[in-house]
Formats: sequence, C-alpha cells, structure tokens
Amino acid sequence: MNQAATLPQSIPPGYLASSQGKGGLASWLFTTDHKRIGLLYLACILTLFAVGVCLGLIMRLKLITPGNQLLTPQTYNAVFTLHGVIMIFMVVIPSIPATFGNFLLPLHLGAQDVSFPRLNLFSWWLYLIGSLVAVLSIFTGSGAPDTGWTFYVPFSERTTTNVSVAVLAVFILGFSSILTGLNFVTTIHQMRARGMTWRRLSLFVWSLYATAWVQVLATPVLGITVLLVFAERVLNLGLFDPTRGGDPLLYQHLFWIYSHPAVYIMILPAMGVVSDIIPVFARKRIFGYKMIAFSSLTIAFVGSLVWAHHMFTSGISDFAVLLFSFLTFIVAVPSAIKVFNWLSTLYKGSISLEPPLLYTLGFIWMFSVGGLTGLIQGAAGPDIHVHDTYFIVGHFHYVIFGGTGLGMFAALHYWFPKMFGRMYDRRRARTAFWIILAGMNLLYFPMFVLGMEGMPRRYYDYLPEFATGQFISTVGSWVLAAGLGLMFWNLYAGLRRGAPAGPNPWGAATLEWTLSSPPPHENFEHEPRVDHGPYDFAREASHE
Amino acid sequence: MSSDSDQHLPHILGDRLLTAVWLALLVLTVVTILVARIHLGFNNILVAMTIATTKALLVIFFFMHMKYENRLLQGLLCLAFVVLAIFIGMTFFDVAYRDVALS
Ligand SMILES: [Cu+2]
Repeated sequence: MNQAATLPQSIPPGYLASSQGKGGLASWLFTTDHKRIGLLYLACILTLFAVGVCLGLIMRLKLITPGNQLLTPQTYNAVFTLHGVIMIFMVVIPSIPATFGNFLLPLHLGAQDVSFPRLNLFSWWLYLIGSLVAVLSIFTGSGAPDTGWTFYVPFSERTTTNVSVAVLAVFILGFSSILTGLNFVTTIHQMRARGMTWRRLSLFVWSLYATAWVQVLATPVLGITVLLVFAERVLNLGLFDPTRGGDPLLYQHLFWIYSHPAVYIMILPAMGVVSDIIPVFARKRIFGYKMIAFSSLTIAFVGSLVWAHHMFTSGISDFAVLLFSFLTFIVAVPSAIKVFNWLSTLYKGSISLEPPLLYTLGFIWMFSVGGLTGLIQGAAGPDIHVHDTYFIVGHFHYVIFGGTGLGMFAALHYWFPKMFGRMYDRRRARTAFWIILAGMNLLYFPMFVLGMEGMPRRYYDYLPEFATGQFISTVGSWVLAAGLGLMFWNLYAGLRRGAPAGPNPWGAATLEWTLSSPPPHENFEHEPRVDHGPYDFAREASHE
Repeated sequence: MSSDSDQHLPHILGDRLLTAVWLALLVLTVVTILVARIHLGFNNILVAMTIATTKALLVIFFFMHMKYENRLLQGLLCLAFVVLAIFIGMTFFDVAYRDVALS
C-alpha cells in the first residue's frame, strides 16, 4: 500500500460530475446510473440511521433510572416501535445491497450497469415513497404506531394508533426490496463480462446473489401478511383474531417466514464485504473460496427454514419446536464455516491494520458473540427462560448493529476512496472504531445479564435491582454516539478535503480498482476480459 | 455472457390446447368447492393445496409459456415452488400436531 511515488495530484470528475450538459438535482433523482442510485440510497439510509439512533438514545435516556421521567408510557411505546420500524425496514434491510450492492455489482461483474436500470430507479423511488408514508403514519391518524416493529396480532388489530398506514409503508418498502433482488439475480446471470466465470465472482457478489434470492422469495410473504393485517383492520375479516375464529399463531408464522430470512438479508451482504476485505489486508488469497460461496447459498436456504424459533413460547406444537430448534442449530454450521475461513485467511498473512480491516475484525467479534448467544435462544429449553427479555435485545443488536452495522462501516471505509476519489484521515478512523466498539459492548453486553436476571424487553419501567445494568447500558449509548459522530465527521471531512486517493489505494484485485476513482459514467471503456480471480494479488503486483 | 443461446421463437399455442387448459381449470375449481364440503379433517388442506398447485402449474406452463422456456428458467421456477411448498408445509406441520403433547 506504499503508493507515495504514484500519488495522483487531481481527482477525475467521474460519475459525480454532470454529463452531456445535464446537471442539477434532476440528474440525480432520475438517474439510471447504478452508481448514482447507490449514492441516493446511501444518503437516505444514513439520514434515517441518524433518526433511528436519536430514537434509541432517547429510549436509553428514559431508562437510565427507574421511574416515570422524560416520556409517557404511550410515547415510549411509539418510540421503540419507530426505532424498530425505521432501523429494520428502512436502514438495515436495504443497507449494504442497495448502496454498495448497487454501486459495485456491475463493477465487480465488468458490466456497464444492472440488467434493468430503470427498474432500479423505480426501486429507489418506492423506497423513498415507502419511507415518506412511514413518516406520515407518525403524524396522522390518532397517534404513532405502538405495536413494536413486529405488528403482532391481536394487539395490532385493536390498537387505535395508526398501524394501517404503517403496514402500508412496510408493504411499499417490501416491493422496493423485491425489485432490487430481482434486478440483482438477473444481472449476475446475464451481465458478466467475458471470462467472468462463476468461480471468478467476488465473494461479495456471491453473497449478493444469495441475498437477492431471499429477497425475491421471502419478501412477498411479508407483503401478503401486512396486507392481511390492513384488511383485518379495515374490513374486519377475522383471519387472525381469535374472537372471530382466526388464528393469531398464523400471523406469527407468516411474519417470521419473512422476518427470519430477513435477518440473513441483513447479515449476508456484510459477510460478503468481510470476505472481500480480509484477503486485501492480509495480502493473501482467500482461504476456502468455494466453501464461503457455498455457505452463502446454504445460509440463504437453511435460514429460510428456521422461522418458528421465534415462537417457542407462543403455543406452537411440540413437534414444531423440536424441528425448528434442530434446524436452527444446522444454520449455525455455514456461519461458523465462514468465520473459520476468514480466520484462516488472516493466519500467517501480511496484515496491515487499515481502518477497513479494523471494522471487519470488529464485525467478526460482535457477530461471534451475537451468533453464539443466538444458539442459546435457538435451544428450546433455555429459550423459555430468556424469551422476550433483554437477552434477545442484546443478541439482536450484537448481530445486526455489531455485525451488519460494522460490516457497513467497513464497506464505507473500504470503498469510500473509490466512490468519492478522496481519502479520509485513517488515524482518526481507527480512533473512532475503538470508541464505537467500546460503546457497543458497554451498551449491549449488560443487556445479556439483565435478560438472564429476568428484565423483560419493551417495558417502560423496571425494578430497582436492574438499575445498575440499565445505567451502564445508557452510558454505553453515549460512548457509541460519540464514536459514530467522530466516524461520520471524519468521513465528511475526507469528502470535503481529503487527499486524492488514486485508482487503487489498497492494492486490491477486483475489477472496480482498475477504474479511476471515482469511476466514469459508463464504467468500463471496453468490456473487460477477465483472466484471473478476485483475490489474485501476486498477479496484480507483478503488473505494477 | 451466459451460454444459453437457444433460439427464442414466439410460441403460438393452438386454440384447442388453450381451451383444454381452460376447461381443466374450470373443472378443478368445481372440484375444489365440492371437496371442501366433504369433511376429511386435516386432509382437506392437503387436497385443496394439491388442486391449487396443479392449477397454478397449468397457468404457468401453458398460459405463461414456461413449458417452452429454457432449463435455467424452469429450474429457478422450480426452486421458488419448492421454497413455497416448504413454507406452507412446515406451517401446517405445526397446525397438524398442535394437540399432540410430547412428554
Ligand atoms: Cu430468527
């Protein structure tokens, strides 16, 4: 990574500049360029992420001591519902595929764009409209939704708050996700450059492929489910309401048929990012390429068969508990395969602790803690004890914020110079990382203890014996917020006046690094002819 | 690019075939209604799902021309069907054993 001799002096305009006399806001809002669409998503997602973080901070602040301070119980219910809905449906699910997936998929394949560029733009518009409808649900009707992000019946059918509009928003957002998945599957099948065989695909592309299938196959179930809740509320159908002959467990089945695979929509792309970053900063070929690619597909498939592990205490049949508990343990195997292969790649590598690798290592730590605590809940016995407690809140945030969140930040630090042509301050990025990691563990680790001790999730108030854990957790949320602030400020400063990064600052071997930073509008001048794999660094070095 | 370069000619299906498929769909609809009146317990679900799947396949393979598409598309469709069958199957697996206690 010593490129001081070849450091470029200026930054090419690339896709960020207006082309053919067309500029301004419209050239962004109606662009069909996958790179610009990726940035549109990034801007929206980071904005909504900031909103979600603020809601989380308010919640933690309310819980700093027992008692009724700061929020009324009804507002508190609305705050945790909004935090969940915004973070899950608008931030984490589209996070990596819609931003980095859009930006990088065609570049990694050696293509000019995705298969359906206009459909891609339409997906973004659906995302925007869905998000606006969700915001609308807060300020219209009789109060913001207070059901939690899971919209469990029968409460979601009886509450007078604005659930109908919120589920419509989820429906629209779901379609955005389906169309993105459809676009990606088609693109990977149809748009590979000459020589880009399936075995030369980057592992990021493999993970996007597995994710896209889950998006296409599982998201329609969510669409149907929320539509049924809407119909139930508006037309009084009685599908889920037991007083009218309905089955509330059917709702939970339908909801988790989507929402468990959705966890893999969230985590698989982050695993792809990690698989792409580690070999670059270990200067080694990835260990077990085929197994990592294969395990992505296995996770996507087996991960679709474990949903009822969310329902062990809800009254499903004992046989179903056994079956789903068993399948949950099976899905841990491919996840473990990935972790072992990443560590084997690092083993005896020539490691340089650049910011992207640091965030990646943070991912491995947080994901391992989150994954292993997940197995405690996947086991039918222990789950009865920890079900619906802070334990699950801790587990979920370790996996999704510690996993997908850090994976997203790793991707941001890794591809930032490619996206914007400038480099951020690497030392400050490392400092921010350590603050974030400390904050996350301080915030979420006490939740495991609190949960074991019996603190139920989503409660407005708590007994004095939980006060210490709750206090530490709230302090952790401040540390985390400070770390996030430093990281984003550092990236912003890099965006404004960072040094030009040059085409390949990390010495990586995937195709996007053969282009200038930022890449030109049409990507490759000629369709590239691919004759080597994505982690062939020796060959890359001999070319320089 | 991918290697499947088979000719993509438009397939025009004869009126007789289309009519036959349409009649089959109508017959199956009538059967669905009639079977629902016979009390078969849990098997009612199996029968209803089998008929519904057959109808869906008829529509997809003939009206939507999947019969004349390449192997890749047929395989991907098959995958979607298998996943959907598992979703529905495992949900009803739970329902079927709700009253059976393991102890
Ligand atoms: Cu789950």
